[in-house]
Amino acid sequence: MQTSYTINDFKSDQYVRWCPGCGNHAVLNSIQKAMSEIGISPDNTAVISGIGCSSRLPYYVNTYGFHTIHGRASAIATGVKVANPKLAVWQITGDGDCLAIGGNHFIHTVRRNVDINIVLMNNGIYGLTKGQYAPTSKRGFVSKSSPYGTVEDPFNAADLCFGAGGQFFARIMDVDLKNSQEVMKQAAQHQGCSVVEALVNCIIFNDGTHKDISAKDVRDDHTIFLRHGERMIFGKDRDKGLIVDGFKLKVVKLGENGISEKDILIHDAKCQDKTLHFKLGHMKGPEFPMALGIIRDAEAPVYDQDVYAQLNEVKPKHNYKSLNEFFMSLETWEIK
Amino acid sequence: MIVTVKELDRAVIRFTGDSGDGMQLTGTLFSTLSAVFGNEISTFPDYPAEIRAPQGTLSGVSGYQVHIGNKVYTPGDKADVLVAMNPAALKVNVKNIKKDAVVLIDADAFDENGLKKALYKTEDPIEELRLGSAQIVSVPISTLVKESLADSGMGNKDILRSKNMFALGLICWLFNKPIEEAIHLLNRKFGKKPGVLQANIKVITDGFNYGHNIHASVSTYNIQPTEMPKGIYTDVKGNEATAWGLIAAAQQAGLQLFLGSYPITPASEILQELSARKDLGVITVQAEDEIAGICTAIGASFAGNLAATSTSGPGLALKAEGINLAVMAELPLVIVDVQRGGPSTGLPTKTEQSDLLQALYGRNGESPLVVLAASTPSNCFDFAYMASKLALEHMTPVILLTDGFLANGSSAWRLPDLSQFPAIHPPFVHKEMQDKWAPYLRNEEGSRYWAIPGMEGFAHRIGGLEKDSRTGAISTDPANHQLMTDLRQQKIDNIATVIPPLQLSGDSQAELLVVSWGGTYGHLYSAVQQFNEQGKKAALAHFNYINPLPANTEEVLNKFKKIVVCELNSGQFASYLRSKLKLKGEVLQYNKVQGQPFTVEELIQHFTAIY
Repeated sequence: MQTSYTINDFKSDQYVRWCPGCGNHAVLNSIQKAMSEIGISPDNTAVISGIGCSSRLPYYVNTYGFHTIHGRASAIATGVKVANPKLAVWQITGDGDCLAIGGNHFIHTVRRNVDINIVLMNNGIYGLTKGQYAPTSKRGFVSKSSPYGTVEDPFNAADLCFGAGGQFFARIMDVDLKNSQEVMKQAAQHQGCSVVEALVNCIIFNDGTHKDISAKDVRDDHTIFLRHGERMIFGKDRDKGLIVDGFKLKVVKLGENGISEKDILIHDAKCQDKTLHFKLGHMKGPEFPMALGIIRDAEAPVYDQDVYAQLNEVKPKHNYKSLNEFFMSLETWEIK
Repeated sequence: MIVTVKELDRAVIRFTGDSGDGMQLTGTLFSTLSAVFGNEISTFPDYPAEIRAPQGTLSGVSGYQVHIGNKVYTPGDKADVLVAMNPAALKVNVKNIKKDAVVLIDADAFDENGLKKALYKTEDPIEELRLGSAQIVSVPISTLVKESLADSGMGNKDILRSKNMFALGLICWLFNKPIEEAIHLLNRKFGKKPGVLQANIKVITDGFNYGHNIHASVSTYNIQPTEMPKGIYTDVKGNEATAWGLIAAAQQAGLQLFLGSYPITPASEILQELSARKDLGVITVQAEDEIAGICTAIGASFAGNLAATSTSGPGLALKAEGINLAVMAELPLVIVDVQRGGPSTGLPTKTEQSDLLQALYGRNGESPLVVLAASTPSNCFDFAYMASKLALEHMTPVILLTDGFLANGSSAWRLPDLSQFPAIHPPFVHKEMQDKWAPYLRNEEGSRYWAIPGMEGFAHRIGGLEKDSRTGAISTDPANHQLMTDLRQQKIDNIATVIPPLQLSGDSQAELLVVSWGGTYGHLYSAVQQFNEQGKKAALAHFNYINPLPANTEEVLNKFKKIVVCELNSGQFASYLRSKLKLKGEVLQYNKVQGQPFTVEELIQHFTAIY
């Protein structure tokens, strides 16, 4: 039996129809790479998506795939995983699919901690319907459906995930392939629901939406890539870091005000207490760098595993093994 | 006074009280007792939507009607015996009893306060409700129960909880039921709570003896056991039977059963029963909403389980998009809709047949699927089984319509011999076809083959977008869409050849054909029987297979000059028949939308009027 795979084993024969320059291409590559490295065959992999540009992804992966309906992929993926926990189940979704129409399914899937890998491609716009604002669009965002700017605040996917009890949350950028591949693999290996928010560019309707953090000249100063066990140091010259100051996180400069490397926080993705993960996920400019990498990767009971554990626990407690035997345990009488 | 014993063929007993008075339990115990004794039974609970409305008020009255005897097909129209635990129960149920009914009341509850809460205008409820021709048996039940349990060491509140057992004891006396059998049932019911068990046994026995000793000026009744087919029987409610039918089908097909569902009245018991049947390997997910209920089931179906979802009308509306995904992806799925009064939230605890057109047509696009309807509490088992078989073998969603009346009603059920049920063979892909297989390749019956994640060499992608008729790749080609639309329709139409033909009961030579479907069967069957017994002629065509219709439907219906379609909606099945068939005869309708079942009496009156 084949146990090792290459990225080509996970490429389908379909022509990838995203726009040239779309950030989704890079995410697809990271997913296929991760799939090839975790040792589960394409036949034992199911990729479930909703509706939107990103949700076309299952057609491009040579596994079992199901391109479903708008917002419902979390629920459908839950059904797949619970019906057959042996499968590696991926859910591919976008910011509208996951956080607007599918918001309820998303938070409940995270809450239950179903062992699926959710990849949320966030481009801050509705691309497939040609340019309406998304639940992740910034206040004041001008789009076809908000010609005078939006008057609502966006969701932060990390806030929602942690608010729902999420145990794994990571953030990646389409332009950072190497780190994305590594994060994706760890997400796939995580036991329980993993959420990877991929910040992707929509070259047609929202070009440059993430450029404040993704552009080469500002990336190092405006983001921090978190690694478990490493100090939270960032910046082009690796001269900035994060500390806790009272109830808040604070950016400090190494060498200033007596701050040295040992004062800087060490990232603990596995910490059960998620207070700091929440704060890290919530960071944004200009005050803070945006946190990238695996913000949280903690252990918790996994829904699909516990469903079967309970089944195996209750089954032997009764002396009936079949429906007929069960019937005989009811209040019955015989007509002779 | 000479106490006489009247022999009856059948009798209707209605237990009523506050929704906290335990009337449902009392009624269930009495119906089981009667069934064990060899009577046919049919029961129906009538309970308010409020869990605990204010005590003693009209809105808090809960009832449980039991019909026992021979040739019992319905819970009965009006009651021969009414148990009313308080003045409100009496007032609410006056309309539900026969003129000369025996009315058993708890005299202690008919005090000034009780009458006031139930909004009586005078101090004489019997006179005020014009119950002059009824036989009132007024028993100070509360006082007697307190006496009965005086030495039990129980508190007053707990003592009074046993009032229903005293009433049950009296009813057992009234119907000459052996008290030992009732005690046996109590032992099973309360075996784990010895204190409650002892108290209930004491009170039911005292109630029974009280009946014997008071020499009340009423006759007692005896209902002889009926000749029933040999076998082992149990008392089953429609929702339980539905749940078990799904388990049976999964067992027969060798698949895991998966239910994704969200609680909704009156369907929740299906979710509850299947959740309890984890001990038989059933997987249930109580989803976050109706949509996730069906979507988890669709996921499970994709992954190779027998997948089902259960709901009522408002939930079916929310599931429409999900159902269509299953139509498009051609995945097996059973959707159980336990109908209730609508539209909107409507009448949650009442029965209706008004989801028919929603089930048939309530989706976007050309969206054919199979619709079945169960017609008795016990045959919910058979039709849940058939729904699963058709879904699995024809790779299609199937909507099974039951209703609040069937779901909560119960009848005696001969345990089925599962080996006699037809085998279930889903069209799985098999290894030899690997080279020529494509996701939308079809078998002779027009069903696509089922390739399940985990099967080696069959990885494929499906979805809700229109697909190429063979490869399953996304296709917007006009001719392909026409072809796929036709293929999906043809697949469902073909099922007419595998379902049983329509059969008639009553007088097949009559000019009048009564047509009905689903949960009204018992009432229609009884009404047509009695109509024929009166010397008039009518036949009954009752439908369980709604879409597709049995192949001989048009032929059978066209043998009659006059057709009357009777249903608990404004004429949905009638309009469906008109649209599907070329009918020669006059098609009349008899409709009722009151949240209540038909009565046999009103049906006969109507047949007489149009005869």
